Amino acid sequence: MSINTKIIGRSVPRIDGRDKVTGAAKYTGDIKFPNMLFGKILTSPHAHARIISIDTSAAEALPGVKAVITHKDVPDIKYGISPARWDENIFCIDKVRFVGDKVAAVACTDEETCYKALKLIKVEYEILPAVLDFRKAMDEGMPQIHDEYPKNINVEIHQEFGDIEKAFKEAHLVRTDAFLGNRAYQSPIEPHSATSLWDGDKLTVYSSTQSPHYFQYYIAREFGMDMGNVRVVKPYVGGGFGGKMEPTGLEFAGAVLAKLTGRPVRMFFDRHEMFAHNRGRHAQYMEITTGVTKDGKILGAHSNFMMDGGAYTSLGIATAYYAGALLPLTYEFDHYKFDLFRLYTNLPACGAQRGHGAPQPKYAFESHLDNVATELGMDPMDIRLLNARRPETVTPNDFAIHSCELTQCLTRARIISNWDEKKKEGGMPKGHGIGVSTGSFVSGAGYPIYRTDLPHSAVVIKVNEDGTSATLYTGAPDIGQGSDTVLCQMAAEAMGFHYEKMKIIAADTETCPMDLGAYASRLTLMTGAACKAAGEEIKKSLLEMASSMLHLPPDDLECEDAIIYSKSREGKALTFQEVARKHFVLKGPLIGKGSYTPPKLGGKFKGSPVGTSPAYSFGVQVGEVKIDEETGEIEAVGFWDVHDCGTVVNPRLLHGQVHGALSMGMGESVWEEVLFDDKGKIKNPDLANYRILTALDMPPVESEIVDSYEDIAPWGVKEIGEGSTNPTMGCFSNAIYDAMGVRVYSLPLSYEKVWRALKEKREREQGKKE
Amino acid sequence: MNTIEDKEGVKRYMLSLTVNGDPHTVVVKANTTLSQVLRNELALTGTKQGCELGDCGSCTVLMDGKPVNSCMVLALEAEGHEVTTIEGVAEGAKLSDLQESFVNHGAVQCGYCSPGMVLSAKALLKRNPHPTELEVREAISGNLCRCTGYVHIVEAILAVSEGRTTPPEETNAGGEA
Repeated sequence: MSINTKIIGRSVPRIDGRDKVTGAAKYTGDIKFPNMLFGKILTSPHAHARIISIDTSAAEALPGVKAVITHKDVPDIKYGISPARWDENIFCIDKVRFVGDKVAAVACTDEETCYKALKLIKVEYEILPAVLDFRKAMDEGMPQIHDEYPKNINVEIHQEFGDIEKAFKEAHLVRTDAFLGNRAYQSPIEPHSATSLWDGDKLTVYSSTQSPHYFQYYIAREFGMDMGNVRVVKPYVGGGFGGKMEPTGLEFAGAVLAKLTGRPVRMFFDRHEMFAHNRGRHAQYMEITTGVTKDGKILGAHSNFMMDGGAYTSLGIATAYYAGALLPLTYEFDHYKFDLFRLYTNLPACGAQRGHGAPQPKYAFESHLDNVATELGMDPMDIRLLNARRPETVTPNDFAIHSCELTQCLTRARIISNWDEKKKEGGMPKGHGIGVSTGSFVSGAGYPIYRTDLPHSAVVIKVNEDGTSATLYTGAPDIGQGSDTVLCQMAAEAMGFHYEKMKIIAADTETCPMDLGAYASRLTLMTGAACKAAGEEIKKSLLEMASSMLHLPPDDLECEDAIIYSKSREGKALTFQEVARKHFVLKGPLIGKGSYTPPKLGGKFKGSPVGTSPAYSFGVQVGEVKIDEETGEIEAVGFWDVHDCGTVVNPRLLHGQVHGALSMGMGESVWEEVLFDDKGKIKNPDLANYRILTALDMPPVESEIVDSYEDIAPWGVKEIGEGSTNPTMGCFSNAIYDAMGVRVYSLPLSYEKVWRALKEKREREQGKKE
Repeated sequence: MNTIEDKEGVKRYMLSLTVNGDPHTVVVKANTTLSQVLRNELALTGTKQGCELGDCGSCTVLMDGKPVNSCMVLALEAEGHEVTTIEGVAEGAKLSDLQESFVNHGAVQCGYCSPGMVLSAKALLKRNPHPTELEVREAISGNLCRCTGYVHIVEAILAVSEGRTTPPEETNAGGEA
């Protein structure tokens, strides 16, 4: 469905582009205040240890050290981003639970003194046995990490929808496959930092955050302050991908140090500390069983998962539910069982990384589905087309799907990748393989992270006094994905104004209306809906004003391209500017406001809110790879991504999201993995050894969208940023399988594993011959 | 070079360098890096710090036209050299073609790698005005970007080498090869 829009659908340049290419853009670490101190956090060198004593006297005596704090100097109230399991303290009190757990902090006159001071803090530990393998965390006799959570179980899920036993009994084939995922880390290029300063009772924190609102809420809660006395400001943020969703400790420690010293304090992580703080992708062990008919129709599926949670909950409750809840999105079946344990280990806590809990289970399910197709002698594309979800359907776990063009995506991907030709005998050169995978994701979460009846998004638009510009005030944080730009496009569209004349003030809890933040791919739909309402209110006020100026009824008037004109009489027109100015003179400031709260969504079972959304995106990726049999090296020859993301607001930004998601997904598929030694220390906490893609590694990619319109969304929009990560790992797995005829069952699908799989295959074949 | 010694016996050096055409004299220690001088002494925070290990390329600046990781260059090594940072790329208020092209091609997302990326590209086009796509990728392979998959960055650089700063007309909202 095509809609008549002037600004939506145009690849306007980013509103922050100029600032960012000239170096004018200030990120949190670029902001300096007079009299500012620098602060660092001392972390644990042990994976699991009891704290016997902490002696800060030598550090305090060092010239340039202005304050040293430990758990005795901060509130002992536990926090965390998931209210159901608040299990973190600002500083450890009795025990440290991973290498990197927070023990103390210093504020000094310069950075170098901070590092010297940290070395002078003497902490006596009693080392305890550690849990490093999540698959053994529940075993008898394993050390207990948190007293409150027996057997190290952090989250336990058992859900059944329909009758899975019956489905398997009726199936022609029931197959089980097991897969192991990897710990990946978001690795934004900007390190986390926070600068705190006090003005009397008011605390201001500049922070590299994805959610000023949640930070404000948690800081206020931790210190027993009114939210009105906590101001969180997000300057430019250099990428988040889920890793900047929750308080890091930098805000809490910085706030206390700033209070004690009466000076602004900048706290920051270096690259190693970022890896140690983590909150990246959970490694999951995934066992998937499906029952299918002879024709390949899926009757039911059972997901049986275990997750490495690390030492704390982080966003892991949501991650755990997402892992299973989102699996039935892309294929239709009625019977579904989902079991999961999220386990505490003495490793850095895992959280929400792009696609949240979904990408690894999707990798497992898509790999498994190809195994099923092979057993049935079916083409992987055909088995997906046969089972593809249709619009206006409901998943077994009660997610209502409205728009869904998955079939169109599959069909189109089949054509542009030249799938049928390539799948023929000899259709590709030797060593090549082609794979397909699907994905889907929420366009915003149906429920907030902590229980509240506040709207999820709210905005105000203020038209400048003389009508020559308008400013959008929104709590929505642009962390690089481009929300400042698309929200201004949407506001201008609703007002009948020009994008080029929009200004934006965003993500400052004091000057902007609240917004839950940049996560769950929520801003385009949810904050977009608030922008639409606010823009329409402006337009209504303008048309009323113009009505009295032109002596015509308001419903005969329209405003487009900043011109207000009569629909019935030619030549009767006024400019936006003159009417807006008149409004200010006669009625005061021209302001529009809008807010968005999702409708009640989902079922009534435990955990039912996670995965609900007003709308879901759908997408398909096809990838062609070439395997070097000698070395196991994987070359991505070409990638094709076809997406149903509703109406596109800004095509160039949208394709940029797809490219970025593919590059991150390819990294996780082939190279990325945070590795630990047998003491729980990270072996590769830097960007030389934790390998993200360089420009030379990125494969050629063709990104397309299909015609789609989501009725419940403003202008029919849906998400793109996270869903596009979901198919990639499965796509690589299947393409590599197609190339080699054997499957690697664990991520990353490294050259070494590929080489070994090929070697074992050769040995098996030789064994047969002999 | 003039030096002074503090009471702990740590030497400070008086360093003269040219940044974006402006002469500067600053006092540094032997272990002060160029990126620290640029960011902390000269307030040129367009030079980013992503890893301080020479892995990410966010702190790329040009020294006599050649791209270097300024976190890996001791400030003292810049004595007498011409340093160009991202603040010195635009001609007054007018963006350079590369900057313009980056904006128009959507080559910028979070923007943290953009200053280093633009400078690496600038150095490339200076020594090789008509690079192949592979040469572009090689030239920016020391600048890590986590957002874009490099697709639009490569397009933006190639466009400038062809005398354009805008993408070819986009035909529909969907197709983009």
